[in-house]
Amino acid sequence: MTDLLHLSAAETAAAIARGETSAVEVTRAALERIEKVDESVHAFLHVAPDAALADARAVDERKAAGEPLGPLAGVPLALKDVFTARGMPTTCGSRILDGWYPPYDATVVAKLRAAGVITVGKANMDEFAMGSSTENSAYGPSRNPWDLTRIPGGSSGGSAAAVAAFETPLALGTDTGGSIRQPAAVCGLVGVKPTYGGVSRYGLVAFSSSLDQAGPLARTVNDAALLHAAIAGHDPMDSTSVEAAVPDVVGAARIADVTGLRIGVVKELTGPGFAPGVVARFSEAVDMLAALGADVVEVSCPHFEYALAAYYLIAPSECSSNLARFDAMRFGLRVGDAVGASGGEADAPGAEEVMSRTRGAGFGAEVKRRIILGTYALSSGYYDAYYGQAQKVRTLIGRDFAAAYETCDVLVSPTTPTVAFPLGERVDDPVAMYLTDLATIPSNLAGGPAMSLPAGLSDGLPVGFQIMAPAFADDRLYRVGAALEAALDVRRGHPLLDEAPVL
Amino acid sequence: MAITRDEVANLARLARMALSGDELDHLAPQLDVILGSVARVAEVAAADIPPTSHAVPLTNVFRSDLIRPCLSQADALAGAPATEDGRFRVPRILDPED
Repeated sequence: MTDLLHLSAAETAAAIARGETSAVEVTRAALERIEKVDESVHAFLHVAPDAALADARAVDERKAAGEPLGPLAGVPLALKDVFTARGMPTTCGSRILDGWYPPYDATVVAKLRAAGVITVGKANMDEFAMGSSTENSAYGPSRNPWDLTRIPGGSSGGSAAAVAAFETPLALGTDTGGSIRQPAAVCGLVGVKPTYGGVSRYGLVAFSSSLDQAGPLARTVNDAALLHAAIAGHDPMDSTSVEAAVPDVVGAARIADVTGLRIGVVKELTGPGFAPGVVARFSEAVDMLAALGADVVEVSCPHFEYALAAYYLIAPSECSSNLARFDAMRFGLRVGDAVGASGGEADAPGAEEVMSRTRGAGFGAEVKRRIILGTYALSSGYYDAYYGQAQKVRTLIGRDFAAAYETCDVLVSPTTPTVAFPLGERVDDPVAMYLTDLATIPSNLAGGPAMSLPAGLSDGLPVGFQIMAPAFADDRLYRVGAALEAALDVRRGHPLLDEAPVL
Repeated sequence: MAITRDEVANLARLARMALSGDELDHLAPQLDVILGSVARVAEVAAADIPPTSHAVPLTNVFRSDLIRPCLSQADALAGAPATEDGRFRVPRILDPED
């Protein structure tokens, strides 16, 4: 049933609603596809065929009973392993949570269930979402379906690989510094980081609480909009969730018109450090938007060049605090808990030693680097110079955005400086790895929404085009993204993913 | 400003995270490079700029003080590394001489 796998999420749900196929049939096709290709792609850490088929049967029964189904009912989805879902393990790509079954559902997981979306399994990721390649997963990297020797991006790399390899039409990821948009870019997908506070973080294992945001990965702008609409909205269980109407992202994807829209090209995000092939595809897409009737101008955001430095102080600081919860007491791994030499507890290792040994054994190298860095940046004597100063730079980046939006409706840039790099190339060179997030980080720091969509290929590998919008104007991403996607598909004669090698 | 192997060892102690000698040898120079690159934030003149701790300003989020269902004891203990008498069993928290 290859045809089922190549349908968009919207088409899949429509075919189920029309009775041309069933949720069970679609889910079986996804599970068979995973069986066939996931040994080489390694998008999944856990596949849940029984639960998925039970959920699919429930959708088919609801349809048979004449109940109205939502626009994504019966569509398979890969869930990043950072979200809790009952009945499946949540590892966050870490040894410290190996085999942990959460006792509650994340709010987004509950919303997916209500929408009839079928979660087929948990997607691989960099440990605790720290990384840009999935190489920091304790369970081995995922591979890019365009070239299995290259990274699928990260940290939501398993989510992206699953969608690009046609295992599922949809995936959920999280984006703290680019972790949805960068994997979407290097796998030729659409990926969106909604406005901070737009999607609940309840049940999302926290890495950097002021930056983390969940969002969709899909093959089309419309599919991303449907998933965005399904997961967004205020949640009283998340005190940073914003009580505001969800922007009409689905309607905006339908409008797909940029006539008269003011589009700002961010000068600081196109220059040195960006590969010529990436800049070429980006410039062609900008020209196309101008040809479609947009007013394109260049804008300067002078503090963006400090965004990476500020991010790598703020995110590790928050991570060093958040990951203190992995203390070997209430859940997860425990190492070194033993009776003493005397055979009693008096000389057995104490709680602090058990905690320390557990964290030493349970965390991987990147998590350790960031915990140390964050602990340092928050230390008395260094706090003002590092964490405090980074927070001030964060203010200035927000002001740069605000000034740019006085003259522009959206801002654009390449999503990543390069196409997918070979596995192993940057694994022990943290600074080179961090540079991957150069263009995506400003939106996390300022909180505004941003999308990556495929602009074309360079050296046979996908290039991402990033659109950024003011907070709570997520709909603008979809309006611009859908217009550009349609124009690029017409010029190319087919969607970009049709050019991916057949697995 | 350089960060030494000893400083990294001390930070690891503060973070309750055991690192081997090899890890310290490997991490210390890497952290030094990372710190050198993030120290760029100091180049920005920002003495009179207020800090941003949160992208979307929200203060004092209240909710009604209502009783809601919570995790059952069995659910709360299900993921624990060790339990005893329906509670979390933890290693001793005092030193023998205390």
